[in-house]
Amino acid sequence: MAIPVLMPALSPTMTEGKLASWLVAEGDTISAGDVIAEIETDKATMEVEAVDEGVLGKIIVPAGTENVAVNRPIAVILEEGEDAGSVDMDALAGGAPKAAPAPKPEAAPAPAKAAEPAKAEPAPAPAPKAAPAPAAASGDRVFASPLARRMAEQAGLDLGQIQGSGPNGRIVKHDVEQAIAGGTGKAAPAAAPAPAAAAPAAAPSLGTAPSADVPGLPEYEEIPNSTMRKVIAKRLTESKQFAPHFYLTVDCEIDALLEVRKQLNGKLDGEKVSVNDLVIKAAAQALKKVPAANASWTEAAIRVFKSVDISVAVAIEGGLITPVIKGAQTKGVLDIAREMKDLAARARAGKLMPEEFQGGTFSISNLGMFGIKDFAAVINPPQGAILAVGAGEQRPVVKDGALAVATVMSCTLSVDHRVVDGAVGAEFLAAFKKLIEDPLTMLL
Amino acid sequence: MADTQFDILVIGGGPGGYVAAIRAAQLGMKTALVEREHLGGICLNWGCIPTKALLRSAEIYDHMKHAASFGLTAEKFGFDLDKVVQRSRGVAKQLNQGVGHLLKKNKVTVFMAHAKLAGKGKVEIDEKGKKQTLAAKHIILATGARARDLPGIEADGKLVWNYKHALVADTMPKRLLVIGSGAIGIEFASFFNSLGSDVTVVEVMDRVLPVEDAEISAFAEKAFTKKGMKIMSKATVKALKRGAKDVTATIEKDGKSSEMIFDRVISAVGIVGNVEDLGLENTKVKVDRTHIEIDEWCRTGEPGVYAIGDIAGAPWLAHKASHEAIICIEKIAGLKDVHPLDTKRIPGCTYCQPQVASVGLTEAKAKEAGYEVKVGRFPFIGNGKAIALGEPEGLVKTVFDAKTGELLGAHMIGAEVTELIQGYSIAKTLETTEAELMHTVFPHPTLSEMMHESVLDAYGRAIHF
Repeated sequence: MAIPVLMPALSPTMTEGKLASWLVAEGDTISAGDVIAEIETDKATMEVEAVDEGVLGKIIVPAGTENVAVNRPIAVILEEGEDAGSVDMDALAGGAPKAAPAPKPEAAPAPAKAAEPAKAEPAPAPAPKAAPAPAAASGDRVFASPLARRMAEQAGLDLGQIQGSGPNGRIVKHDVEQAIAGGTGKAAPAAAPAPAAAAPAAAPSLGTAPSADVPGLPEYEEIPNSTMRKVIAKRLTESKQFAPHFYLTVDCEIDALLEVRKQLNGKLDGEKVSVNDLVIKAAAQALKKVPAANASWTEAAIRVFKSVDISVAVAIEGGLITPVIKGAQTKGVLDIAREMKDLAARARAGKLMPEEFQGGTFSISNLGMFGIKDFAAVINPPQGAILAVGAGEQRPVVKDGALAVATVMSCTLSVDHRVVDGAVGAEFLAAFKKLIEDPLTMLL
Repeated sequence: MADTQFDILVIGGGPGGYVAAIRAAQLGMKTALVEREHLGGICLNWGCIPTKALLRSAEIYDHMKHAASFGLTAEKFGFDLDKVVQRSRGVAKQLNQGVGHLLKKNKVTVFMAHAKLAGKGKVEIDEKGKKQTLAAKHIILATGARARDLPGIEADGKLVWNYKHALVADTMPKRLLVIGSGAIGIEFASFFNSLGSDVTVVEVMDRVLPVEDAEISAFAEKAFTKKGMKIMSKATVKALKRGAKDVTATIEKDGKSSEMIFDRVISAVGIVGNVEDLGLENTKVKVDRTHIEIDEWCRTGEPGVYAIGDIAGAPWLAHKASHEAIICIEKIAGLKDVHPLDTKRIPGCTYCQPQVASVGLTEAKAKEAGYEVKVGRFPFIGNGKAIALGEPEGLVKTVFDAKTGELLGAHMIGAEVTELIQGYSIAKTLETTEAELMHTVFPHPTLSEMMHESVLDAYGRAIHF
């Protein structure tokens, strides 16, 4: 049987590439492992190795063709005994090449020309004819609601790969929404990547959580997932899946900050400013100085926010929530302290209004009170960065070539590389460190 | 010695409680139900059912008024309020006995007593002073709700009525004030209006039936006004001065205060949950403004204690309570294929004249939720059956998600719409899109054809309008 050679994905994010050159010609005999073509992406030129052996029956996508979608058939390998004439190349090719340089007319079985452009349309619907789509081949009836069917079609998802949660396992709207969010159920990518599914084709499928039914597990108690648990799971998985995280760590000496705090609290009547309040203040001011770090990613553009709205992670029973200090760059440290105290208390009592924990342009998570020295947090999407704050502890430091003791607090910034590059992240952390180590400059 | 150990113990015998008990018994669980007043609860004894009986009398009376337009003569017709009320009580009684039979048939042990939690898995019941303690693995709170009394306009049963007093009205008020235009307020306003009272409705929100689609509210207000009701929206009753025979109400609207005299006042300003004296104090059951907080399976914060129906919060509808009852019991029994309640699929019906029924999101709420919508409308005047019935006033409105074709909501006003709305509820539960609704054959001539046409209209394809 003839085997299609598919356009490979050279990286997890690659959706299309240029077929630079063919290193074999039609009729050549090839064996598995032979380099048969070269492909260019925006990043590199890579070699394509044959996976199967046989005779190269037909080159479907000619050398020099740009924007060839991943998983499109680019050639056909014939097994022993087959010849090009006996194989329905058209069927194998599935979607014929996109507009671009039309393939030179071949003597081989001429595909009906009129039909070609129609097929070439980058239809959002999956055209899994040629591509090996697991479930499509089985022919089993899939039970799904009409709405689920339409939503799956619009998102380019294969219903056969979605688990149904409705009556008798029927696939319902909710299941398709989950599949879209989780990137599962993607139909074998056809001509164009589905518009709705943000998941890159090659992303590892998520929905299949590690099976709970592993034999030999000890007795356990099942704690049903609360809505909050589900939201945390969904959002943070989404974050780690789609936001390319990188991490920058800086050590801040906070002896001066602790002194300022002590003095401030001495002047306050009963109220208290915490180290975290000062961290919020410093982060807000640093973001004002480096606005590029106060930004978030959208497919069309990077949004650089004009206000610094800081989400502060607060642990509550059964999970956590991130109330937002809005316009933190304009607020004094006492305002921040009061607001934080109120928000945290109401967060623990479950009395926050939605607008008080939704939004936010940057997050802070502080585990210093638990004695954590240093950690890296997961970005709170769609934000571009989160600052993880460790405990202030006495550590040996080198000052002017001599060992000394200072109170040091390690802070790690997790950054979404789509939005913020290393240098910008570093610039923000430098500004933050400067403010923390010389707290009087926060007055400036 | 009677049994005191149960798998399931239900406190409250309304449409939540008795349904829970029957379903539990069906599933083979040893079940008890404790009810302090009437089997069937408010719904059957003091709510849904007896009001429908009253409104049926009013509807027939309305038809008699228009007899001539049907070519009929009806002279010297009238009504006897006592007999109208008597009929309503009779209907309630018949159904109340029916619930008793159903529970007996399913071998549910019924205690007519007051019940309260008394420690883990224990309930103390008080049957007219005779106390005993029952034990149950799972305890379901289904004690319902009652009319809310606002300070200054508390019901006294004489001049100021709540729904219970109004259901057994002993006099036809010539001038009636109804405070609140939700389902309860508007149904009584409609009843007394049909029988000839001069009815004024005061609503604090900007429109009557404020939970309905704005277009339906506007249509309703027009119809009520045409029938002679006086509607005052964005208005509040500041004070009631109770005289010997009448009440002087101070009503504030648009910053201006005025005084009006009424013979009777009906207060229908919402309800509060019956959470008192249930022994919740020493449990982890969380109560938020008279309602018990539950999760998607009706579990409270206290293991082994569940809450369903009105006591567990809005929407305060009998069918919501019954549905929660089934979910709660089936989850306890460990049945597969149990699904949490989706409140967007709970229809709501109001039996005023004209009737109002809806399910799902209003147009405004759909837009608020970020949907791009397609809206279809079809008026009763375009429907053959409506004209033949002599009911040409009404509207069927549908709201679709433009992107997926999901039916987001349906809103209807006019004759018999409370019997029609289930069609859209089924459509929503089956997750049909506009395509399946369009492909459905609706029988001719029926009012239901308007449901088809409204869907067609959303996509610019209505045939008869």
